[in-house]
This record gives sequence, structure tokens and C-alpha cells, in this order.
Amino acid sequence: MTSMRWSAAALFVCLVLAPAVSRAQNRPELRWGGDAEGGEPYVVADSSDPSHVVGFDVDIAQLLASGLGRVPRFVQVGFTSIDADAARGDFDVGLSGIEDTPARRARLAVTIPYYEFREVLTVRSSDKDRYRTLADLRGHRVATLGATLAYDLLVDVHAGEGVIPVTYEDDVHPYSDLVVGRVDAVVLDAILAERGVRRNSGLTNQPAVLAVGHYVGILSANQSAVRDRMNVILRDAMRDGRLERILRRWNVWNEDQPRLYARVLSDTSQYPVPASSLASSPPGTEGTAARRYLPALLRAAAITIVLSCLAMALAVIAGALIASGRIYGAAPVRVALIGYVEVIRGTPLLLQLFVLYFGLAAVIQLPAFVAALLGLGLNYAAYESEIYRGALEAIPSGQLEAARTLGLSERQTFFLVRAPQAFRLALAPMTNDFVALLKDSSLVSVITVVELTKETSIFAANVGSWVVPGAMCGALYLAMSLPLARLARRIERGWRRG
Amino acid sequence: MNVLDVRSMQVHRGARLVVADATFTATRGEIVALMGASGAGKTTILRAIAGLDPIASGTVTIPRPVGMVFQFHHLFANMSAHRNVWLALVHVLKRPREDAERRAQELLVSLGVGDRASAMPHELSGGEAQRVAIARALAIEPRILLMDEPTASLDPARRGDLAATLRQLAREGRTIVIATHDIEFARACAHRALTVDGGRVHVVS
Repeated sequence: MTSMRWSAAALFVCLVLAPAVSRAQNRPELRWGGDAEGGEPYVVADSSDPSHVVGFDVDIAQLLASGLGRVPRFVQVGFTSIDADAARGDFDVGLSGIEDTPARRARLAVTIPYYEFREVLTVRSSDKDRYRTLADLRGHRVATLGATLAYDLLVDVHAGEGVIPVTYEDDVHPYSDLVVGRVDAVVLDAILAERGVRRNSGLTNQPAVLAVGHYVGILSANQSAVRDRMNVILRDAMRDGRLERILRRWNVWNEDQPRLYARVLSDTSQYPVPASSLASSPPGTEGTAARRYLPALLRAAAITIVLSCLAMALAVIAGALIASGRIYGAAPVRVALIGYVEVIRGTPLLLQLFVLYFGLAAVIQLPAFVAALLGLGLNYAAYESEIYRGALEAIPSGQLEAARTLGLSERQTFFLVRAPQAFRLALAPMTNDFVALLKDSSLVSVITVVELTKETSIFAANVGSWVVPGAMCGALYLAMSLPLARLARRIERGWRRG
Repeated sequence: MNVLDVRSMQVHRGARLVVADATFTATRGEIVALMGASGAGKTTILRAIAGLDPIASGTVTIPRPVGMVFQFHHLFANMSAHRNVWLALVHVLKRPREDAERRAQELLVSLGVGDRASAMPHELSGGEAQRVAIARALAIEPRILLMDEPTASLDPARRGDLAATLRQLAREGRTIVIATHDIEFARACAHRALTVDGGRVHVVS
């Protein structure tokens, strides 16, 4: 009976799956990587079927796949790690509005460009006449997306003209923050700028072109043969108008593209156009890059430690108040505090940071550092309060009764007897939490605070490798957390001696 | 003259009636022993008299402050023996710190633990901890001292010392109520013994 059931199951598997398997064997896959968070018109989840992606990069992937005789298959990757994923061979080709840069050319196999874009300045319409170029924005905050040509542009200008760059992890919030006044301008490529102006009223794109860049496909460095075949396919598509049809369908076709195609078709070398109009510093070796980035990493480490110390101080104070309220407070106070602790512990810190910084922006515009401090501090306060509550409740009730018979007030008993003993019990878990907070502080980069991990990822994106940046970042975190653990051990030893 | 006057006192713990009827008195300089098996209600009577447990009915007349020495001493674990004793002098009676420290040292010396003043509670033996607890209770100048199972952590020789100490305190005019199941000890120091059984206090002839 059992064997019959097994045979039936095996037959079913053969009948249903065999054709699919053979189809896949006939036409191998072209695995292409992109970030669906990048949104329209690059790669975006299909609104009628979110399991599929659409966009001009999706159509270009289809174009490349059919040229290679393969079936395209989308692989979701994070935009900021797309270079590392390409180098590892997580996909055959990366296509997601990826900019042509000297660093990418040095470390990856890069296709010819299939699109030319302009970096433009977006300002509030009321500032249209005040801020025409970056030179008008000296001392002002200007937003952009991290690890992009626009970011390099801003950092160079920052050095020369005193513009304060503010980096975002996505391309939606720079524009919403421009509307509410957190930043005074946004520098991004024209496609994103058009979208930003369309979605937010009261914004204007300035006509001046700050820089010109190109979108390319990226492959692992050892895949140059495949890259060369892709270049042939792209050139064919430029000649016969297929590429133009794709770009027109997504409303991104403009007069820059025919000029680009003419240059690319007349020059059959590997790189017919320069990586970008911006004179970017050469990538160099990781060692020289490490020396160049060390000051920035140290600055970012200082932000990490200052933010962590202030957030921990807030967490300790708020946590102590919450714990006291839960033990000594009236019933409604206790219920409210339990609610606070459960909501904070039960939801991700990342979500809380988003709500504090972006969600409340219409009501109150917290500066990024303040929002980061409040987010981390109030989140950890919930955890601290549970440690303190446990520690306070661990003090034997006999000692509290002894204090009562001596005539000490509730308040005196708390400060003279209960809290000092509870604090000793809480010290070890508190140290643990401080080290955890130090590392969780990396999450605040999502609300534009450039701390150690964020600076490291910018560094890694620039050199195209995580080895040296990762080691330096890890060493800096250890340099901050190890002395802390030692200090805590010393305090504990001191107390034991009495 | 009665210093302590307990009449028809009832004490509940949750729904359970732990002390059904406690009626007794104690006079100045008298040592009264409340005798009885474990669970008879001795400790609860002391706690109710001290104001740690609420009484359900009846009356308790007692001069404040009340000195209380717990079975397990309950010294404050985060401070030295010396500070355990002067803490209430400074924070409750508002005595100057210097006076308080001097008085605390005198009490520790009079109880034979003057040399242990700087020790932390976990460094004290059972007998030493008890003496520090007595000194702490006496520091606030109570007219009445309540002691729960004072011989629980003492060896026979120490029991004799404690009996002598209590008699000395009584001679100085303090009223002492002891809850104990140690008949020998009660005989050695108490002027009067009462038995507690099923939450009722009986006079022993």
C-alpha cells in the first residue's frame, strides 16, 4: 500500500515537473541582480502582481537574456551592496541604475553605457532664484543618495565650497525632507529629480547640469567574455531602435541618448566614453584608500561613541523612572508603563527611528542627531527598565521592612538601601546593553546620521571591497567596547571589596 | 505600668485568620517570651505589633519608635555594620553625623562587636550579625524591643551571652518581647512566658 502511494507520488512529480526541468535545461537562466526598492522607472514590483518586477532595467535584462539565448531571472539585492554581490558572482549581471565609475571599472567587468543622465539640483520653488547652483548653497544642507556620483560631487564641493552633504539610504526621503525644510537642496540624477518633483508639490528642478553620468551593467571581473557579448547585444539594440523603444516606454528617452549612442557606436573600444564627467579620485589600492579614509572613519567613530554615551545616559535615566513607576506607581501609571515597554520591545528599532524622524516630520522636525538619540535612548530605556525592575525586586523584602521599622521613609529606603543594591545587580546586564547599543547605533544611518558603519560602507563602496574597511571598522568598534567592559569589571570588583 | 497593651488582636493573612485572639501586656523593664511551635502565629503577632502587618480587629497600644530585630537580621547589605547602626540616627532622628557615628560605635562596643564596625554584613558571623541588628534597633532609642527567634543562629555559649545582654537591657528600663520556641532560652531570660497556639495567646502558670 505504502509503496503504491510512493509510486503514484513519483509519477506525479515526473509528469508535472519534468517539462519545466527540461525547459530550464534547454534555456539556461540569466540571473540578474537589482534592487526593487530603487523603484520606478528602474526596477519596481508590479502593482498588479508584486512577485514580478517591471521597469526599464527589467526590459534591458530581458533584452540581454534573449540575446544570450537565456531566460532572465531577477535576484533582489541591496543597492549599496550590489558591487560586492557582483564580485562574489551572486548574479550574472547587475542592472539597477548603476553608475559608471572608475572604481567599478577597476574592480568589475563593466558593460558599455546604455543610458546617459544629468545630475541636477532640486530646490523648493520659493528658493528657485536664491539657489541656482551649488555655489549658492554654501553652509546649507544638501541631500543625496549615499555611494553615488552625486555623493562624490557633493563631497568634492563640500571640501571646496562649504556645502554640507546629507546622505540618505533611499531616493524618496531627500525630497520629502526638502519640502519640510530639513535640507535646502537635493542633488540626484534627473530621472529621480523628475520623479521627486512630480510626487512633491512646491519643488523645482534647476536647469543647470552639475555633472553627466551613465548607467551600465556590472559583472564579476572574470566574466569579461560574457560582458563583451553583452556589449555586442547593447550596440545592436542601439542600432535597431530596440533600446530606444524600451526607454520611450518608460518615459526616460531624451535628446542626450542619440548623442550617447552615436559616440558608443562610432568607438568600438571597451570603454567608449569616460566613466563620468566628474574628475573622481582614482581608486588606488586598499592600503592608500585606507589612509585616505582613516580621518573620516575616526570622525564617524567619534559620532558613534558620543551618540551611544548620550543615548545610554537617556536610557538609564528613563529606564530608572519607568522601573520605579512600575513598582511604586498607581495602577494607571503601571498599566501605561507596561504598555510602553511592550510596544517598544515588540517593534523593531528601525521602525521606531523611521517614525521619529520621517513619520513625525509633519508635526515636529527633529534634527537627525536628536532623533537618533531619542530613538536609541527611548528604545533601550524599555530594556533597562526591565533590568532595574528585576534588580529592585531582587532586594530582600526583609531589608525594606527593617528600614520601615527604623522609621525611614519610602523615599529614603529607596535611595539609601534599595537602589544602591539594585544598581550593583544591574551593572553586568547594563554593560552588556551598552555594548549592544554601541553596535545598534549603526541603524541610525537610515535617518542620515553618518556614523561608523555608514562611513565604512561608503568607504567599501568606493574601494569595491569590504576586507580592509571591514577590518578597520571592526577594530574601531572593539577599541570602543573593550575598555567599557573593563571599566565595568573594575567597578564591580571595587564594590565587592565594599 | 503597662508599656505594651494588646487587646483582642486579630490578624489575617489573605483569607486565613493567623492570629485569632491575642491579649497580653508587658511592663517597663519586663522581658516577655511568646512561646509556641512553628506556625503558631508568634512572628505574625510581633509583626502586627511593629506595624508591619495590618491588624483586622482589636487594639495595640505601644510607644513609638519600636525596635525590631528580625530572625534573619536583615542588615542592609550595601553598607558596613557601623553605617547600618547610624543610618536612622542621621536620616530619621536628624542627629549630626559625628554624634550619630559616635553613638553607633558605643552601641556596637556595648554589644561586644565594636571591632567589627567596618565589616560588611556578609563578612559577619550569625552571632555578630545579630548583635549589630540589636545595636541598629537600639540606636533609635526605642522603649520596647521586639525580637523574632533570637537564638536561631546561635550556639549554646552565645545563647547564654544573649540572655545576659537582654537582662542588662531590661535592667536599663527597656521592655522586651521575644518570640521563640527555645524553652531553655526563655527560662534563662524571660520574666514571663506566654504560649501561642492556633493564633491564641495563653498565660502560662
